[in-house]
Amino acid sequence: METANNKVMTIEDAVKRFMCDGHHISIGGFTLNRNPMAAVYEIIRQGYKKLHVYAHSNGTGIDELIGAGCVDKLEIAYAGNGKTAATCIRFRQAVQNGILKVEDYSNFMMSLRFLAGAMGVPFMPTLSGIGSDITTKWGFSKQMRHEDPKMADEKLLIIDNPFGEWGEASKVVLVPAISPDITFIHVQKADTMGTCRIEGLTFADVEQARASKNVVVTCEELVEPDELRNFPEHNQIPFLHVSAVCHVPFGGYPTAVYRHYDYDSKFLRAYAAAAKVDDKFKAFQDMYIYSVKNHSELLKLIGKEQLDSIKADPRTGYASNMMRG
Amino acid sequence: MQTQEYTLKEMMAIMATREIKDGDIVFAGTGISMLAATAAKNINAPNSVIFFETGAIDSKIEELPLAVADPRVMYWSASNTGLLEAFSSMQNRITGDKVIAILGAAQIDIYGNLNTTAIGDYHSPDIRFSGSGGGCDVASFVPRCIAFMQHEKRKFVKKLDYLTSPGQLQGKGSRIESGLRPGGVNVVITNMGVLRVDKELGELYLDLYYPGVTIKEILDNMQFSVDVTKAKMAEPPKDFELNMLRETCDPQRLILG
Repeated sequence: METANNKVMTIEDAVKRFMCDGHHISIGGFTLNRNPMAAVYEIIRQGYKKLHVYAHSNGTGIDELIGAGCVDKLEIAYAGNGKTAATCIRFRQAVQNGILKVEDYSNFMMSLRFLAGAMGVPFMPTLSGIGSDITTKWGFSKQMRHEDPKMADEKLLIIDNPFGEWGEASKVVLVPAISPDITFIHVQKADTMGTCRIEGLTFADVEQARASKNVVVTCEELVEPDELRNFPEHNQIPFLHVSAVCHVPFGGYPTAVYRHYDYDSKFLRAYAAAAKVDDKFKAFQDMYIYSVKNHSELLKLIGKEQLDSIKADPRTGYASNMMRG
Repeated sequence: MQTQEYTLKEMMAIMATREIKDGDIVFAGTGISMLAATAAKNINAPNSVIFFETGAIDSKIEELPLAVADPRVMYWSASNTGLLEAFSSMQNRITGDKVIAILGAAQIDIYGNLNTTAIGDYHSPDIRFSGSGGGCDVASFVPRCIAFMQHEKRKFVKKLDYLTSPGQLQGKGSRIESGLRPGGVNVVITNMGVLRVDKELGELYLDLYYPGVTIKEILDNMQFSVDVTKAKMAEPPKDFELNMLRETCDPQRLILG
């Protein structure tokens, strides 16, 4: 939350200013689409640890953070990355090796939890999950929850419908609100004050942003406020939720950004291959994250030819006829 | 007419398209389920609506999306919204009752409950999977769900290691008694045949076996036994179904392999 007129800064400065070890964070996007990858890479480069991460369905960004050892606790509905990794590989390994604590929810539950945070209510109700192990098996113990003031004491609660049979439900599931310390999102267009215009699916970015104490936005195009005020109904996030705006073209790469570029199948395949072997994964992150100074150096390393090959077709918004097999 | 050879994957996709009725809202996941939804629209249910949990509705699928967040689901959709809108439309009976979902899982039990979370102890799993995603939500909300499964003993299990998406819970009336609405998996399409949930018992029975597969083979590949007294042979894919599937829906064979 910040009402200043100009919030433009570099992503390096924004991460330095708003991140801390142990922060509760969320990142926008969905599996291989519109992940705030420039921010993710910068968090890894600056070496933040012991993070508590919230996600609904995430893939590329989450797996890089987990693989780099930044994440201690994860509340999530789905960790997968399309065809290249049905289950995120470093995520799977970290859970199986007991170095990552996970609390499982469903996509709707996680979205409702962000909405509850955005609304300032302690929980939201749903009819999802009754009878499932999502409601009976807890990843975080009562004691863990009790010791962290940023976590609710209960994973969720099932109660009798307090309105009787009203709404054709005998029971409801209550899921607790989330208020991340910081959320990172990547959008197509933002203005210097922080107002955002997202094209294509918004996923839960809007609720994630509105639930967070700080929001760092990276954008493909940075414009003056007047440009977005012409059609305010096309904007989803007004500036008052946003703390920093960073102009990072290809800031979602290697995930897709609708009407700008597609996901990079070649890169994601190389990632998946490397992620299976510890040494190879370390070398992969060394090459693409630690040995480059910033996102534009990463893009130089990827090369113009590769970036041109994923450029969106203006008609469809994705790279038509791109080889993805 | 059926003259062409076909693969089991093609058979599975066609069996799923035959479950989809004209006018259905089809909740599709990734992989073969998305292919089946696309094929149904082209073959037998032109007025079916493809619906993605990410919030894209009635997208124009010119190229097969490889994830529900693939930008290929965003093109020419009726609206590109978000997860809250998508799941609300399934939880809400007005639209939710028209939805047929297509799901996959690592394990299924006789009651049609699904596991997409973990094998072994949840707290220290032997194999960790992606998790629920929207699977638990849709299995809780909508009246009809197709499960795509490979017919293997380790997948058709007596007891799930983790119940991610509710089917008939412990069978008979237990789903309704628990407080869930009617729904969950009602048909299971495998590489050997098709099983359905008996409404009274809340348990799977064998409905169809594919040409070249025996009932014994099917039972040998499950940890539990099912009623096979009503089983009959499935009708193989027709030429026009296969041509549509291959030439229009997945020309790069991204899913068909």
